[in-house]
Amino acid sequence: MLYRECGNFKDNYAKDMAIFPIPLDRWGLGIMLVFAFLVIPFTASDYWLSSIMIPFYCFSLAALGLNFLTGYAGQVSLGHAAFMAVGAYSSLILYGRYGIPLVPSILGGGIVSAIVGSIFGIPSLRIKGFYLAVSTLAAQFIIEWVLTHWKWVSGGVFGTIDVPNLYIFGALLDTPLKKYYLVLCIVALMITFGKNLVRGQLGRNWMAIRDMDVAAEIIGVSLFRYKLIAFAVSSFYAGVAGALITITYYGAANIEEFNLFLSFHLLGMIIIGGMGTILGSFLGAGFMVLLPIFINQSMLTFMERVPSNLRANSEAIVFGGLIVFFLIVEPYGMARLWHTIKEKMRLWPFPY
Amino acid sequence: MSQKTEPILQMEAIEISFGGLKALDKVSLQVYPGEIMAIIGPNGAGKTTLLNVINGVYTPDNGRIFFDGKERPLKIKPHHVAAMGISRTFQNLALFKGMDTWSNIMVGRTKKMHAGFFSQGIYWGMSQKEEIEHREAVEGIIDFLEIENIRKQPAGMLPYGLQKRVELGRALASEPKLLLLDEPMAGMNLEEKEDIARFILDANEEIGYTIALIEHDMGVVMDICDRIVVLDFGNKIAEGTPDEIKSNPKVIKAYLGEAEGGGE
Amino acid sequence: MNFFFEVLITGLLVGIMYSLVALGFALIYKASDVFNFAQGDMSLLAGLALVGFLTIMPLWLALVCTIAVMTLLAYATVFIIFRPLVARPPLILFMAAIGLAFLVQGIGQSIWGTDAKGLNIGIPDNPIILGELFLSSFDLIFGVVAAALVGGLVLFFQKTRTGRALRAVADDHEAALSVGIPLLNAWAVTWVIAGIVATVAGIAWGSRLGVQFSLSLIALKALPVLILGGIDSIPGAILAGLVVGAGENLAEVFIGPYVGGGIQTFFPYLMALLFLWFRPYGMFGKEIIDRV
Repeated sequence: MLYRECGNFKDNYAKDMAIFPIPLDRWGLGIMLVFAFLVIPFTASDYWLSSIMIPFYCFSLAALGLNFLTGYAGQVSLGHAAFMAVGAYSSLILYGRYGIPLVPSILGGGIVSAIVGSIFGIPSLRIKGFYLAVSTLAAQFIIEWVLTHWKWVSGGVFGTIDVPNLYIFGALLDTPLKKYYLVLCIVALMITFGKNLVRGQLGRNWMAIRDMDVAAEIIGVSLFRYKLIAFAVSSFYAGVAGALITITYYGAANIEEFNLFLSFHLLGMIIIGGMGTILGSFLGAGFMVLLPIFINQSMLTFMERVPSNLRANSEAIVFGGLIVFFLIVEPYGMARLWHTIKEKMRLWPFPY
Repeated sequence: MSQKTEPILQMEAIEISFGGLKALDKVSLQVYPGEIMAIIGPNGAGKTTLLNVINGVYTPDNGRIFFDGKERPLKIKPHHVAAMGISRTFQNLALFKGMDTWSNIMVGRTKKMHAGFFSQGIYWGMSQKEEIEHREAVEGIIDFLEIENIRKQPAGMLPYGLQKRVELGRALASEPKLLLLDEPMAGMNLEEKEDIARFILDANEEIGYTIALIEHDMGVVMDICDRIVVLDFGNKIAEGTPDEIKSNPKVIKAYLGEAEGGGE
Repeated sequence: MNFFFEVLITGLLVGIMYSLVALGFALIYKASDVFNFAQGDMSLLAGLALVGFLTIMPLWLALVCTIAVMTLLAYATVFIIFRPLVARPPLILFMAAIGLAFLVQGIGQSIWGTDAKGLNIGIPDNPIILGELFLSSFDLIFGVVAAALVGGLVLFFQKTRTGRALRAVADDHEAALSVGIPLLNAWAVTWVIAGIVATVAGIAWGSRLGVQFSLSLIALKALPVLILGGIDSIPGAILAGLVVGAGENLAEVFIGPYVGGGIQTFFPYLMALLFLWFRPYGMFGKEIIDRV
């Protein structure tokens, strides 16, 4: 009985509808936040901060964006990497070319991405399933083409914009630690905002569309409105994630970083992490960031015995295998495994 | 029921065909405020099609529809129909399976909730007030339908009979001017049917809802309905009180005779 | 004008290849409701296997062994991946196919290597002069092979007992089961056929561009074809392949220079998107009516 739902009685609906109604969940989240804000920054090395934690947060944000669309609203997108790219390029254009302050530039990148995402979301009003998947794939190709061929957008050569020196409130943003805090603050706020959205009326309407769209519309959910909002919110999150990872990690906006495979990887993240859960976006992103490192480490250990071809392709095999595995065995992903552990802890030490 | 009052819903000469097949042929009917009206007929008579026309899922080829005193365009988005005050349950289970019971019912109130996007995102001010207010209303429906113990269970995991009941709750949640029930008791045992019949009667008598329902169980229809419309192959063949319908030779020929023969 | 026809015919010949890949998609989709994202990776696998076998055996034996690999893949896919997923939502099946794509590509490249390989099975590639048009003999030969394969498949599905059984499965899973057609075996046979189609496409593209990772991307070329043709329509896939092949080539040559070139990558998608707006289920696709 480590994890207790019972014994905490609520005397009004406000408490029952609080963001984390169960005290232990609140404690858990508190500990996580202390860890993220106070422990990690002062214990982790610069390498961990800038090459693991920052990409982890950014991909979590992007995965959460895709999760809104796919896990909550039931609309598939294979163009999310391109929406990240839109955010990256437009925030750099806003910051570097027009001198708009950093944080508004990042959010502005998200807004541009949201607009572009909504435009490509319009077909979702008429088409579903694979047809929609392919039309979002069109977004990926068209955006890639525009970013590499329109000089006004890409500016320099090979469709690349370098990140200039970053100033926030007049202070130079140079060390990994400062960048870490910038990313963490924005991500934490956007996760909270997102959690509120999905547990409110908007999230319920999204899930209604996902579970039974015709019935949802007859009950009063405007498919047009809520699908478009899903595309907009989803690509806003992707756009901000793209902007953040570009300015704090990649160092230059480059379309190569946001290719079709990132779109697939984002989809893989939410499948492995858990569709339709906030936690799943984090678990999936963490998993995908750590997987190559883990594979490299274990391959180093067995260097002599593993053929080089297998070494080069093991990531694809593990990734593909896990997508299939989770779809077959645990369609709700790692987040559900966590749920199962909570169930066990609720009963512990009495198995029945 | 007094037939003198203005009908809440009036359909005139509705025609619709699918690939050359006439699903509804010049069907006219009225639903009066405060009554329970039944639409009956053999399978394939066009009953569900009729509800889909009312909801705006199908656009009829011809005819006119008046609701609440105003003419409604034939082609209309279903959610606009919901906003006018028409709510609906479905023949096959159509709950949102991944959501828990109270959330399902809460979706029914979507047209009554107006908190903006940012208010919802920060869950403060209007959004919070609204969520709590509507949660109270939903709890009222949960009490009414006696499903307190399953309010936080995922709807997809509930037994069939309870799912039908939650679906009724979702339809009631919008406090509709007209409630459409498509076979609310299909596939239920006697006890469950009695429960649902009681809820329908209570909703009608205590809260004053106007209800139009499709049902195959003649016993229930005769017991709880004020008026009956009979469809057969897309045509309206009779209309009247339960007693009139029982003795109508056309109906007996098309429907009741067959049903009695079939061990109804 | 001659130049126009050259561009058009080159486009049409490429279009036949698109039809071939799209056909693989349509076959599997019709039979098992799986949108097989791995179709391109299957072509890659076939190409890799063929190149690998060719180093140690004659062509005919290498072809037999390649088909054997594709058959093995088909059965493994159906019985290991899709059997547990029967009756799951299409979105899940689609995602599983994406996982399969990574698996097939990863495993194929693990066995036969990641580097680009030449593939030459002895088909001549000489310019042929037809009147005043210059065409490639290789393109023509493969155009004919592809057309023959498509024709053969149509005959197979119309005339043979197995073909009719497969069509029955495609039309109605439960009804097929009830008359005693084993569902999973039928699916596996369909996957084998799709594997053979993928092999032919793999050879055609592999001989042209070399057998390498980018071969798996031809699947992406076939997707707009499917949209135009309707995902469940075999004649649609064939016709749309030609339209897309011709359309993108014409667009690249005649519109490309004005907008900076490289529009071949997305022009088919643009065509598909515009088309979708007016016919959401493609040229020949079945319209899905939602029932409530």
